[in-house]
Amino acid sequence: MPSEYDTRDNLYPGHMACAGCGEVLGLKLVLQAVERKAISVVVPSCLGIMLGPFPHATFKIPVFHGAFETAASSAAGISNALLAQGDDETAVIALAGDGGTTDIGFQALSGAADRNENIIYCCFDNEAYMNTGIQSSSSTPQLAWTATTPLGKPLKKKNMVEIMGAHEVPYCASACACFPDDLRRKVTEARKIRGMKYIHVLSPCPTGWRYPESLTANIGRLAVETKYYPLYEIRNGQEYTITHQPKNLPVGDYLLAQGRFKHLVQRDLDTIQEQVDKNWDELTKRESRNRSE
Amino acid sequence: MRMFLTGNHAAAYGARLARPQVIAAYPITPQSPIYEKLSEWDGQGVLGARMMRVESEHSAMAACISASLTGVRTFTATASQGLALMHELLHFASGMRVPIVLVNVNRSMAGPWSFWSEQTDSLSQRDTGWLQFYVADNQEALDTVIQAFKISETVLLPTIVVLEAFYISHFMEPVEVPDQRLIDEFLPPFEPPFKLDTDNPASFCQVVSQSQYAEFRIQRHMAMEDALEVAEVVDREYRERFGRGYGLLECYRLEDADTVLVTAATIGSTARVTIDALREEGRKVGMVRIRLFRPFPKAKLIEALNHAKKIAVIDRNLSPGQEGVFCEELKSALYSRINGIPVFGFVLGLGGTNVSPLHIRKVFDIAEKMNDAPLKPIVNIEDEDALGI
Repeated sequence: MPSEYDTRDNLYPGHMACAGCGEVLGLKLVLQAVERKAISVVVPSCLGIMLGPFPHATFKIPVFHGAFETAASSAAGISNALLAQGDDETAVIALAGDGGTTDIGFQALSGAADRNENIIYCCFDNEAYMNTGIQSSSSTPQLAWTATTPLGKPLKKKNMVEIMGAHEVPYCASACACFPDDLRRKVTEARKIRGMKYIHVLSPCPTGWRYPESLTANIGRLAVETKYYPLYEIRNGQEYTITHQPKNLPVGDYLLAQGRFKHLVQRDLDTIQEQVDKNWDELTKRESRNRSE
Repeated sequence: MRMFLTGNHAAAYGARLARPQVIAAYPITPQSPIYEKLSEWDGQGVLGARMMRVESEHSAMAACISASLTGVRTFTATASQGLALMHELLHFASGMRVPIVLVNVNRSMAGPWSFWSEQTDSLSQRDTGWLQFYVADNQEALDTVIQAFKISETVLLPTIVVLEAFYISHFMEPVEVPDQRLIDEFLPPFEPPFKLDTDNPASFCQVVSQSQYAEFRIQRHMAMEDALEVAEVVDREYRERFGRGYGLLECYRLEDADTVLVTAATIGSTARVTIDALREEGRKVGMVRIRLFRPFPKAKLIEALNHAKKIAVIDRNLSPGQEGVFCEELKSALYSRINGIPVFGFVLGLGGTNVSPLHIRKVFDIAEKMNDAPLKPIVNIEDEDALGI
C-alpha cells in the first residue's frame, strides 16, 4: 500500500551503504518523515559514508558532517542559531550511530537532553562500530561476537531508550527500519514537539551481524516479534506507549538467524529468554501504570 | 564611556558590543567571570545573543562551529584545560572556515593542578589554523576582541584572543568602552559566502580525496597569510575611528637599541618600565612585544630587529625538550634573513610566577654580558656562575 511519505524522498540514489543495509533503509524513512524543511548533522558512522564523498551529495537537505562526539552539540548549535534568527520552523535532526551515541557522544547527548534543546536525535543502532569494522560498543548485545569480543561480549547492552526517558525529555521512542510506518510516524510525531526528541532506530546489519543481505527485513521484524527489541514511546519520562504488540516468538528465532550468535548454546538462549520476558513484563507494567493514573 | 573593569569584563564588553547571535560557554577558572557577566546581561535581556550553557568546552566549540555554519556570529571563552578539550574541534573550526572569536584566559596546564598564568595552553594550539592575539592590558583586550571579529569574518578563519590569568583577567583598570553605534558602523553583520540553508541545500565537511584535502589545507594557509595584511588594515581603521591601535608588534624605544627584548603579553607592559629606567642610565635597550602570534609577523619582526646587536626573549611558556615557543618562532623567522645576531632565550614566569622589572633588568644584564647564546633556554637568572658571567 503506497504511503503518503513515498513521494518525499530526501536521499538521492547512489548511497554507498552495503547491500542489504538496514541503516540506510532507516535513514531513508527518517528523512522522508522529517521533510524538506530540515537541517541535519551526521557524525562519523556508516552514515558518514552514505553522505557520499565530496563533491557528490546523497542528502537533499543541508547536512554537516561534524566530529564524532558532537551529534547532539552540533545539532543544538544549529537549533540555537536558527532560533536566534527567528526560525522555529526548520527541524534540526542529529543522525548518529550507536558508538557516536551510547559511547563517545553520550555526554553531549545528555547535556542537550538536560537543556531540552529543540532537536530530533536519531541513533541508528547497528549494535557495534560497523564503519570501522565491527568492534564492540556499549550498544552491542550480551554474548554477541564482534572483532573485539571474539568470545562473545560479556557485558549487557546499554538501554538508551530508558536512559533518555530518565532525562524526562518530551519525546523518546524505540523504532526499527523494518517497521517503516511506525518509524515514520514517530519522526512525524517528534517533528511536532518542541524540545528534545530521541528516537532509537534498530538497524540490522548483514555485514556485522553475519546474515545474508536478503534477510534484513526479516531480522528486524524478528527482533521486535520476539520482544527482544520492543517498539514503544515515552513521553516526558512518564507516559509509556507500546506501539506494536509482538507475536511473542522465541528469542532463538531471532538470535540463531545471525552468525554473530551462532556460538550460543541452549542455556544461553534460556537465560536471554528469561531476561527478555522480564524486561517485557516491566515495560507492560510501566505502560499500564500510566493508563491507570 | 570610561569604566573601571577587570580584563575579563573588558573582554565581555568587547564580545557584547560585537553583537554575537550565539554564545556557548562553560565555566573554568579564571575565565568564569566572562561567562557570568554575559549571563548577567542575558538575564537583564540586554545581551542580544542566545546563551548556550553547555556541559563542556567541547560542546561549546561544537555548537559555535555549527551555529556559525548557519551564518550567525558566535563567541566563546575558555582557559587551559578547556582549550585543550576543544583542541580537536579547533582544527574543525578553521577547516570549516568559521570566524568564531574565542577568548582564552592563559592558565597553566595540569598536572599538577595550577590556576595561574602561563601561555602553554594557547601556544599548544599553534597549528590548529586559528589566529592568535596576545594582549598586554584590559583596554587592548576589549579592542582586540572587536577587531578579531572583523579580521576573522574577512579572511574566514577563527581567532583566539589571549588574556593572561589574573594579571589581566582579574586586575582592574580604567577602560574606554566604545559607543555601540560606532561599533555597529565598524563591524557590519556577518554574511558568509556559504551556509546551512534549506533553500539552498549543501553538504558540509564531507570526506575528500587526498589531493582535495591538500588543496583545502593550502587554502587555509593562504587565508592565514592574507590575515597579516587584513589585521593591519583593521587595526588602522580601528585607530582612525576610536583613537586606539596596536599594530601587529609593539615596538618600544627601538631607536638605536643594541639589546632588544622580545616578549608577549603583560611581560611586555612590565618591560616598558624597566626599559625607561635603563634608558635613563644610558643603556641602549628596547623591546618588541609580539601581539599577533598566528599568522606570525615575520617580515615585521625582521624589520624591527634588523639593527639589534643582541636579542633576549622572555617566554612565559615552555616546550619541554626545546625552549620557549616565542623564542623558537623568532629564531626561525630571523634565520632566513639575519645572520649572527645572538638570541638569548629565557623561560620565566612559568605557573604564573612573577616577572618583575628587576627580573627584566637581570635579563638585559645577562644578555649584555654573555657573548654566545646558549643552546638551552635560560631558566635560572640568579645563578651567574652557571651562566659563566
